[in-house]
Amino acid sequence: MNAEYMKEESGANVHVRRAIAYTVLVVISFLCLFWFYILIINATRSKGELTQGFIPFPSSHLLDNWKGLISGTLPVWKGLRNSLGIALCSAALSTYFSAMTAYAIHVYDFKLKKFMFTFILMIMMIPTQVTALGFLQLIGKMKLDDSFIPLIIPSIAAPAVFFYMKQYMESTLPMALVEAARIDGAGEFRTFNGIVIPLMKPAIAVQAIFTFVASWNNYFTPALVLHTDTKKTLPILIAQLRSADWLKFDMGQVYVMIAFSIFPVVVMYLILSKYIVAGVALGSVKG
Amino acid sequence: MKKKALSLILCSAVVAGSLAGCGGSSAPAADGPVADAGPEGKTLNIYCWNEEFKSRLTDHYPGYVVVDGTHGTIGDVNVVWNITPSDDNAYQKNLDENLLKQDGAAADDRIDMFLVEADYALKYVDTPYTMSVADLGITEAELANQYQYTKDVMTDSSGVLKGLSWQGCPGVLIYNREAAEAVLGSQEPADVQEFVKDWATWNDTADKMKAAGYNMVATVNDAYRVYSNNVSGKWVQDGKIVIDKNVEQWVKDSKALVDKGETTTAELWSDDWSKGFYPDGKVFCYFGPAWLINFSMAADVEGSIANQGGWGAVEGPQGFFWGGTWICGATGTDNPLLVADIMRQLTTNEQIMADIVKKDSDFVNNKAAMEAAATKDEYAFAVLGGQNPLSMFCAGAGKIDLSNQSEYDQGCNEEFQHAMKNYFDGNAATYEDALALFYQGVKEKYPELSY
Amino acid sequence: MKKAKRSKIVSYNKWGYIFLIPFVVVYLVFQLIPLFSTIYNSFFENYRSGLKQIGPNFVGFENYRTILTNGDLLTYTKNTLIMWGLGVVPQIIISLLLGAWFTDPSLRLKFQRFFKTVIYLPNLIMASAFSMLFFTLFADSGPINSILMQMGIISQPYTFMSHVWSVRFLVAFLNFIMWFGNTTILLMAGMMGIDISLFEAAQVDGARAGQVFFRITVPLLKPILVYVFVTSLIGGLQMFDVPQILTDGTGDPMRSSMTLIMYLNKHLYSKNFGMGGALSVFLFIITGILSMIVYRFATGKKED
Repeated sequence: MNAEYMKEESGANVHVRRAIAYTVLVVISFLCLFWFYILIINATRSKGELTQGFIPFPSSHLLDNWKGLISGTLPVWKGLRNSLGIALCSAALSTYFSAMTAYAIHVYDFKLKKFMFTFILMIMMIPTQVTALGFLQLIGKMKLDDSFIPLIIPSIAAPAVFFYMKQYMESTLPMALVEAARIDGAGEFRTFNGIVIPLMKPAIAVQAIFTFVASWNNYFTPALVLHTDTKKTLPILIAQLRSADWLKFDMGQVYVMIAFSIFPVVVMYLILSKYIVAGVALGSVKG
Repeated sequence: MKKKALSLILCSAVVAGSLAGCGGSSAPAADGPVADAGPEGKTLNIYCWNEEFKSRLTDHYPGYVVVDGTHGTIGDVNVVWNITPSDDNAYQKNLDENLLKQDGAAADDRIDMFLVEADYALKYVDTPYTMSVADLGITEAELANQYQYTKDVMTDSSGVLKGLSWQGCPGVLIYNREAAEAVLGSQEPADVQEFVKDWATWNDTADKMKAAGYNMVATVNDAYRVYSNNVSGKWVQDGKIVIDKNVEQWVKDSKALVDKGETTTAELWSDDWSKGFYPDGKVFCYFGPAWLINFSMAADVEGSIANQGGWGAVEGPQGFFWGGTWICGATGTDNPLLVADIMRQLTTNEQIMADIVKKDSDFVNNKAAMEAAATKDEYAFAVLGGQNPLSMFCAGAGKIDLSNQSEYDQGCNEEFQHAMKNYFDGNAATYEDALALFYQGVKEKYPELSY
Repeated sequence: MKKAKRSKIVSYNKWGYIFLIPFVVVYLVFQLIPLFSTIYNSFFENYRSGLKQIGPNFVGFENYRTILTNGDLLTYTKNTLIMWGLGVVPQIIISLLLGAWFTDPSLRLKFQRFFKTVIYLPNLIMASAFSMLFFTLFADSGPINSILMQMGIISQPYTFMSHVWSVRFLVAFLNFIMWFGNTTILLMAGMMGIDISLFEAAQVDGARAGQVFFRITVPLLKPILVYVFVTSLIGGLQMFDVPQILTDGTGDPMRSSMTLIMYLNKHLYSKNFGMGGALSVFLFIITGILSMIVYRFATGKKED
């Protein structure tokens, strides 16, 4: 097959392929956005209307639901603040220290290197459900009940984030760069913070989003650790709204609260996604 | 969602006047806050899963002062609310861990009081972790006006009463008047009751309804609690799982209904369950207490049956209850006097009971108060087309017999309904197959049981 | 790695240990102790019935024997792998396809920014909120059934939650929707590292899209692809929240959608650390073996 022939074929096909690509992308975008549409629609319906089942048009109770939620006893804004604080800290600690751990394994050569790598990979295979109850007893013994610390600090040891950083370094971090920095007399910490971290930006952005979202949506551990209303995170408050007594129970408010709690994380995602999306877009424009 | 904490509305009518006759006379047994009366602790820890009890205490307990969402004071005692939602069983997990630590905990960290629901009440009641109501100084005479079933729920295996409630949640059969008129020839409660007076008649009526295009009930799960509230023995006897005759009857009846297309196997609270709230849903009846009628049947939506006052209430085949919250004193509390006083005030003080009816529309746990209300016209329910069902609720509450509850109820009832759904849907070939699945599920939850 | 003077290497390499300190310390404190107690507990009869503690009584390998002999382990492993496969195969295909399209210079797709942004959005919705929407959509009286009936495909409402394969497909579908954006983003971030001139050179040489993809993109993406395969396998074997919420923890019909972790969760109801521990050890072994196979297959070598 010669080059001429292949070029012709690809030229003839490009329109067809583009059409297919657009069709698939439109279908997929619909599948992605549709859920937000129903969530918002449901947030505009009163609890009575919600018993009618799915109706694709909005109703008029969005403000009522929102006012009901805000005037209720749940500290919605404090919940937002707590969720934001915990998720941001977890994302920052998790990405920074995982990059550091990955750097240690990737760049240095030491006796326990192979062991540590295998060991961390094995940790990843342990289901979290198993250790959760032991973890809670430990928290109780350490007097960290009703505190943010057990929700934030453990994210420093995140095997999956580490593994990604390690793989990313393998494909993008040349050793020559590190050595050049050393020749320039930079200390190891400065090399890591000043050269490696900026290079890792896309990977950090990706894992920061993932960690942020995971922490934002986490219900299991926070529900068992946090007890003071003003310390609770949004998923706990949503669950509390759902287990309300009958006088107060209102699915309309639950939907408003869900929509409310998704909003900040969407914003956070749009900010961080620039690092990923813009980079790839830049590449294709050049092409 | 079905295990939600429940509150109970009477109706939107104002109630205070009618209850004034029976209230007002009995002042709080102990004057004001009792905290100074002995070497009581300075912190009262209350464990619960929603805001219901907090708002009752805030609104009705004399001397309670709000500090913030989870703190308050009574006299010089700090009240600390530990609220964990019930989703994913989080409430019980948290409560269990802390109750087990109770002995070693500092006085101010100990749980003083916690709340439970009926289907897991005995898990706590039948242990030394709950205090006997008598030991708290509350006498049987003080509780004479409470419905017996609310005490049955809280009575341990040796007959000791361990907790109290301010609510009653007796249920009735709620029927679609239009369907009754069209199929049974009358929509009057007295006539309709004849068609649903026992399960055999009920099943015959289901055939008639089917012929006219109506499902008898929205789902088989509607009737489950009616059957299971009326069992003649406990789920577990001498460490062995026993299937009660009445529960077996539910399986037989339900399988027949499903096979004939007279009902579905949908979950309660699902869209397929609530579609019968509207005329097009074509459902003849629901089983529920007053809170369901008033709060959950879409009375505010135009076109719903409730909105048009199109429901009627009758006693139905058997008495049952649905919902309710009970207060327990935790063993080891350093505030026994305050705990006792809160229980006494909120569940026996007739003035407070009347206030709760007025402010929170609860069906309160007080026979005299409710029977007085049953005779008043202002308690007519708009959603029931002006019928006053309170006498029916009162009669129902008196008939419920819960002496056959056991600590395994929550697990067994859940597993049984789930397993039988497979049988009704035809996924389990036989009843025995579904039963095997049930036993397996129960063994996983309670490994010490046999069958 | 280049070899410099030995003393120099050693002085640098101590930094390897230093950089590992935060991870190791946090791990030891918060996770290792619970982990050891998990394994230790698997040799005991140790559970709670209500508030009564039963055990711990040493039973040796009794818990392991119970799990191996009742055959459940195999069933639930099969269920898990089926639902994982149903979700992960389209997930990886779509992710690769999107990745290829977005990086293909000849396509010049417009609105890329928009498409790249929306794919991850479903992951922002909590699984519990998602399942509320699914119940509404797939109810007997819901919109999916009425559409199918209007199109004449079915005459009676189809009870999605009462049929083995429809439940499995719904679980897989929900997992797919929630996670394919995640995979695509991982791949795209990896693709950033690829020098764009390679694509241009290939185009000049007249390479077809398929060739560019398999000869350039895939080999350069290999470390990230390995990551995607391994983590999605591990994540798949630990599949829990979606089937748990969609089936209310039952794994019905007849436990055909019960996954390994849902089964484990059943034992945690009674705080059955004995059975739970033994089950975890099995799970760990299964995951380990499968991951090792995937890892070696994908890298074509032993791990370094």
